Parts: sequence; structure tokens; C-alpha cells
Amino acid sequence: MRHTISVLVENKFGVLARIAGLFSARGYNITSLAVSETLDSAISYMTIVVEAEDEKILEQIKKQLNKLIDVITVTDFTKKEHVERELILAKVNYSSKDKSKLESLLNKYVAKIIKHKTDTAIIEAVGEREQIRQLLEGLRQFGVKELIRTGKIAMTSQ
Amino acid sequence: MTGAEILIESLKREGVEVMFGYPGGSVLPIFDKLYDAKLKFILTRHEQAAAHAADGYARATGKVGVCLATSGPGATNLTTGIANAYMDSIPIVAITGQVKTFLIGNDAFQEADITGVTRSITKHNYLVKDTKDLARIVREAFYIASTGRPGPVLIDIPVDVQQKDIEFIWPEEVEIRGYNPTCFGHPGQIKKAAKFISQSKKPIMYVGGGIITSGAHRQLKALAEKIKAPVTMTLMGLGGFPGTHPLCLGMLGMHGTAYANHAIMEADLIIAVGARFDDRVTGRLDTFAPHAKVVHIDIDPTSISKNVRVDVPIVGDAKNILGKLLEEIQKAPDTSDWLKTIDSWKKKYPLKYEEKGKIKPQYVIEQIYEITKGDAIITTEVGQNQMWACQWYKYTHPRTFISSGGLGTMGFGFPAAMGAKIGCPDKTVFDIAGDGSIQMNIQELATCVCNKIHVKVAILNNGYLGMVRQWQEIFYKKRYSFTTLYNPDFVKLAESYGAAGIRVNKKEEVRPAIKKAISTDNAVFIDFHIEPEENVYPMVPAGEAINRMIGGMA
Repeated sequence: MRHTISVLVENKFGVLARIAGLFSARGYNITSLAVSETLDSAISYMTIVVEAEDEKILEQIKKQLNKLIDVITVTDFTKKEHVERELILAKVNYSSKDKSKLESLLNKYVAKIIKHKTDTAIIEAVGEREQIRQLLEGLRQFGVKELIRTGKIAMTSQ
Repeated sequence: MTGAEILIESLKREGVEVMFGYPGGSVLPIFDKLYDAKLKFILTRHEQAAAHAADGYARATGKVGVCLATSGPGATNLTTGIANAYMDSIPIVAITGQVKTFLIGNDAFQEADITGVTRSITKHNYLVKDTKDLARIVREAFYIASTGRPGPVLIDIPVDVQQKDIEFIWPEEVEIRGYNPTCFGHPGQIKKAAKFISQSKKPIMYVGGGIITSGAHRQLKALAEKIKAPVTMTLMGLGGFPGTHPLCLGMLGMHGTAYANHAIMEADLIIAVGARFDDRVTGRLDTFAPHAKVVHIDIDPTSISKNVRVDVPIVGDAKNILGKLLEEIQKAPDTSDWLKTIDSWKKKYPLKYEEKGKIKPQYVIEQIYEITKGDAIITTEVGQNQMWACQWYKYTHPRTFISSGGLGTMGFGFPAAMGAKIGCPDKTVFDIAGDGSIQMNIQELATCVCNKIHVKVAILNNGYLGMVRQWQEIFYKKRYSFTTLYNPDFVKLAESYGAAGIRVNKKEEVRPAIKKAISTDNAVFIDFHIEPEENVYPMVPAGEAINRMIGGMA
């Protein structure tokens, strides 16, 4: 099962390595990871997405995250009301004859062309996992040459 | 003050009386200040021994042990000792020198990324990049090492940080927002535990190192006596409950007593305190204690529900929680039938050994127990010597049994004995060793002689790496692959360092040799030539249920 976990940490060198180490030591791959400063520059916010086949091990990892001295709080969004977003940049094949077709696809999503050359366009899109998946599906007909995703960020609704 | 002076002043303010270590290029500024600092420094002959000595000192005294080494190889040599302290939750602060800040990451001479290397074997670690942070970091390091579930903390200090001269400011308070160990157990959970205890018919207390760390031995004894429950200990828990007490079942697990293992398998309630259901204790997990509800008291939430299902988890300090439980329990359970059953197991399956052939190691340990009247501090190496020391010496006080539990580090016992002796100079300190293990830190004879650390080492010399040989005998058709040892003459070797050596070949020489060692005003090696193929029994094969013991037991 896919879990989204947020970790509030001290904004110091070495903290990311400590956190990543807890996952890697158990053979867990982090699906995505987004880190940045919060309003308080001494604190960073990490959103970690991880695929866990054994819930018991994940429970153990969460407890161990909490045990790290530099970790302030740990939140598992799996059972919490929350919003989540991801931003992608996709470079697709583009020719002027496709323009209207592409634009009508993009209009269904929070997506737009942010740069285009004669044969390619760079598309920016923001959305939940499922919306991003559908958009990428739709873009396949044009030919996606390159794709970069930020990884998910999440926030509780309370 | 320079960084080096700030370090020493901060250590003094933390109450440090002694440090163990080894000099080198990246700690020269610190050693220069140590030259006239009023702080006892013990020069070991290997950094690993410095870490183990700090660990032994911490275990014997309950204070934080401190070790110091240079960058690169000095630091990496500490790592086994650090990992050892981490696995057994022992508070030590390890200080390492580091190359100058502008050289870090440049593959400089004697550079190792020691904070990276020790990340998974320390409770926390620091690389000090600015001298102004040093006093605060030392303060935090001691606080983190000694509170909650204790553990090792490493401080890595680059040479230029040691040299820089700044104003010394001692932080009066420690404030770490991400670190707030839970000490007081949840009152609702304690009530629930009390109810479970009152309703149980076959309770057992299963206690570990947490009893000793928290100083909960009195509360434990009072509770066991109040609810009339038998007590079994992990290796780390030995000394937490008197080995001479009628309710004591000794150690459980792979080489535990048969009656402790039968009791935990038949119990209807396990009250686990400061123990973590290690695989050497539970044996095959899916067969472990099938009828028992589990109350688990531990300061570390990650230890609870890690290996076994727990009915009543209580996070907090053992001493506090046992105290509260004592107040909470109104009605003691009726355990008279249960205690009768346990007594019958005690009679049927006592610990035993056959008195024939050469000197029996069990006999040697029994004699050390009798002659020291159980009042010595015993350290051990790892292997058969360690298991016999668990089985045949009755520990009656906390902090009198010092052994590498989680990591199982050969070479631990001798330097740990030095640390214990320095912390408790009035105690007789014995290291119960094997001929294999003792050679892993044998260079410390020099440290003992130079510093008049008069520890006594009982080498149970069987000419084998005995525990591995035992497994090869039982599970690998006696194919003794690389477990036969060629040994030096331990008596001459001890003497060449200026220590004393005694060789013992006959049973009747055992007691006089122990007495002579104790009365000798020197470090002493006693080389007991024991029955070479003596095995440790009972024994539960790895991966078996813990009541499936072999070796003349049920």
C-alpha cells in the first residue's frame, strides 16, 4: 500500500541522510520525496511517499522517525483528511496542426504550455495523482519525450 | 578559550572524571590541553578498547562513559565499541578529531566521514562546524546519551574548531524540541495492566536491561513479591533481580534455564519490563508463549509490538511505572499452584554438569562466585564463557554483570573490566574470558599495568572458539572448520607485560588460584585449562521453540 508521510525536521545538514537511512536500512525504496523550508527557516517539511507491503514495518519506521532527535513531528496522511498535489513538466512533440487538440486536452486539467519550439512544447501541470495519471495518458498520443515530477506534497485539511 | 579548552571545561561541567582514548594528529590541540587538565585520562593500546572501557565504566557506575580518538582510523576503530553500546543502550560520549573544516570531503590524510559511518550505530551524532556551537553540543550530547533510552553519542570536532579562540558561554539549559522521552506511563494502561495481573493465574515477569538502566530493582523485587510471580531475566537484566531469590528463574532463552523457558511458554501473563523480545529470547516467534497476554513496559516505543503482539503497551520509565503498578494492584493473584509447578520444573531440570575429565568451566565460575561471595563485578567476553557466566554465577546486585548482549562483541570483556574497575576501584573485577576472545584485546595488559588497573582475567582455555565449535559439533557433523586455536603461553605473556600469570591444570588448583589472583596486587591472567569439548547446555537450536531444548533436558 502507498503511504504519504510528512516529517517536520530541523533544517540542518545530515537530517535528510538520517531519514533516508531508516528506509534504506530496511530495503524500502522511497517513491518520492519533496523537501523545503517552512515559514520558519529553522524547520524543513518533507513529504515522503513510500510503497509498503508490510504495514508492521512501516509502523516501525514511523516510530523510528519519531525517535530521531532532529525530527519534530511525523504525520501519516493515509487515514487523515488532506489535500495533495504534484507538479510535472512534460516535453511533448508539437506541431501547429496539433495545437487545438493539445489545448483542448490541457483545458481539462490545471495544465498549460509554458514554452514551445518548432517541434516541441513544455507543459506544466499541477494535480492529484489520478489527474496527473490521466493527463499523461492523454499526452501519449503526442509523444512524451521527457517527464519530470516534483513528487507529491501534502497538507492536512484541519 | 580555544575549542579544545571549551571541550575540556564542558566535560568537567558535565561531571566527567575519566576519559579513555588514544592520541593522533587531529586531536593534538585537545591532548595539549589534557596535559595539564585535572581530568584523569587512560591511554589504552587500541581505540576499540577505549570505547569498550568507557562502556564498561558506564555500566558499572551508571554515569556517562567518555572516549576520545583521532580522525580516520582512530575514529573507525571506535565503531565496534560504539555499536556495542548502541545495541545495549549504554550511555557513552565518543569524541573524535576531524580534519580541518576546509579539508573535509577532500580525501585528506586520516579523513573518514565518521558521522556518516556511525549514523546507524549512534543515538545521535554531531559534526561541529563552528567553535561557538561546541559547548552547547557537548551539553546536548550528554543529555541525549543519558536520558530516555540511553545510547552512544558521537561528537566529531575538526582541528581548526579545536584551535579557534572564542568566548566561552555555557548554556544553562538544554532545549531540543524533537527530543522529549516519555517517562511516566499512561495511567489508564497501568490500571489495565494491574487488572490483568490480578486476574492472572500463571504470571511471569520477564525483565531486561531497562531494570538496571532505570534503577528499578527495588520496585521489581517488591512487585514480584507482592504478586508472587516468578522472575526471569534476559542477559542484560542479570543482577536486576537477586539470583538467590526463591522467585528467580535465572536467564531465559537459547541458553536459559529449562524452568525459565517452560515457565514463559506456559504462562498466561507476561509482564515484560525493559526487555525487547530478542530472537535469542523468544526462539521461534510463532510458537512463543501461546497462552500469554503481554504487558510490555519500555521507555522506547519502537521496542513495543516490534516482535510480539502486545496487549497492554506502556511507554515510560520502568522505575516510575513499577512504582505506580505497586500502588494500583489491590488484589494479588493466587499463584500457589503455578509456583508449585515451577518448583517441580526446578527440581526436574536443574542446571547441571558432569564432574569428570579435565577442569569443568562451570566449576571454575561457581568457585569464583563462592570465593567472591557474589560481590564481584563480572564482565565476560562472548561465547561459551559468557553463557557459563550467566548460568553459574548468581548476580544479586544491579551493575555487577557486564556483558555484550545485543552485538555479541568478542574482545569486550577485558577493556570493559578496566572501565568497571576504574569506576568501582574497591570492587574485585573479574573478566570471564575464552582463549579466543581474550586475544581480541589482549594488548590492554599494558594499560592495566601502567595504570595499576588490577583486573583479574579467568581464561577458560579450551583451545577452541568454543561456541562456534559447539555448533559445528551439533549442526555441522563435527567439521571443526577454523575453530581450533593455536595459543600463546598466557602466563608468560602476562608476565612479559609486567602482569601476573597463573596456570591451572587440575581441579584442586582452581580455588587456590582464584584466591591468589584476588590477593595479588596486580592484573592477573589465570589460564584454566578446561575440558576442551565441554558444551553449554541447555541449548535451543536457532529457529526452534524455546521449550525444545537439547542437552539432557526435556
